[in-house]
Amino acid sequence: MHELSIAYNIVNIATKAAQEAGAEQISAVHVRIGALSGVVADALRFSFAIAAEGTPLANAELIIEEVPVVVFCPECRAEVTLPNPRLFRCPSCHRPCGQIVHGRELELVALETP
Amino acid sequence: MSYETKRLIEIRQGVLSKNDQLAAELRSRFHAAGVTVVNLLSSPGAGKTSLLEATMRAMLAECRVAALVGDLATDNDARRLARSGGLVRQIQTGDMCHLEADIVARHLADWDLNQIDLLFIENVGNLVCPAGYDLGEAARVVLLSTTEGEDKPLKYPATFATADAILLTKMDLAGPVGFDRAMAEENIRAVNPLAPIIATSARSETGLQEWMAWLREQMQARHKGTKTIA
Repeated sequence: MHELSIAYNIVNIATKAAQEAGAEQISAVHVRIGALSGVVADALRFSFAIAAEGTPLANAELIIEEVPVVVFCPECRAEVTLPNPRLFRCPSCHRPCGQIVHGRELELVALETP
Repeated sequence: MSYETKRLIEIRQGVLSKNDQLAAELRSRFHAAGVTVVNLLSSPGAGKTSLLEATMRAMLAECRVAALVGDLATDNDARRLARSGGLVRQIQTGDMCHLEADIVARHLADWDLNQIDLLFIENVGNLVCPAGYDLGEAARVVLLSTTEGEDKPLKYPATFATADAILLTKMDLAGPVGFDRAMAEENIRAVNPLAPIIATSARSETGLQEWMAWLREQMQARHKGTKTIA
């Protein structure tokens, strides 16, 4: 839905970082998106290609690392990864867990030059 | 072509860091002025405005209430809410499917926050995009109406998982539409085991007292000793 505006944010931040680093062209952009970030990877790839046109990021590959939901289980006293983002239960003790540790990320990690 | 080795430029920055920074500024302004801000999220037509109308009318007896109302177009909701007697302003987002911190900041620029105790931000009706944008709120409340199906929490886990409270709305219609409350609550609990669930109806005023008690708790938790709340 709002992936195009997210893509423009990525392109703006990345363009500035590329300029500061003296890079004229970027070949790859690494981002991390959480399962609860509300961003769909395919829609972001599509939007990124449009947003990157006419910038140093044109033709750059968008490399997406999808971050699963990690919650804190008070029973196990541990951070646990949920196998399914639609079921907030500890996979080992099966208690409900609502304290989200990871999964909301929407982060621009790094750029690669050719 | 000159020889250049492939290089990695580290950034490690939130894509929405500009919004997050503005939201943090708003949050400290709200805190300094003693305003409790509640961000209301739901699908279109879940009853945000009706609930807000009833809530504002009732809460105005005990504190100063204001509302910012986000919609793609029209000021119908603001006009409806203004009838409650509170301070109300419409935000027309045009094509934008969610509110962002800078839009909120712009629309309350000329308001004296010291004259407000409780501020509602009625987000654009949408269960996807608004979840990603911090508006500097103290609490995020998600509405699920009896008319839209019990499985919404499973379809939109990001929004329901990050809610501080979840309101079931239009409970007066639960019977006619065959709403399965137990199933809805089970689905909410699947993605959000902690948030209180309050069953409401703006029309019959069901659950309004419980909802207002929750709001008072939020106000007291944030401004211990600085205000007298009935």
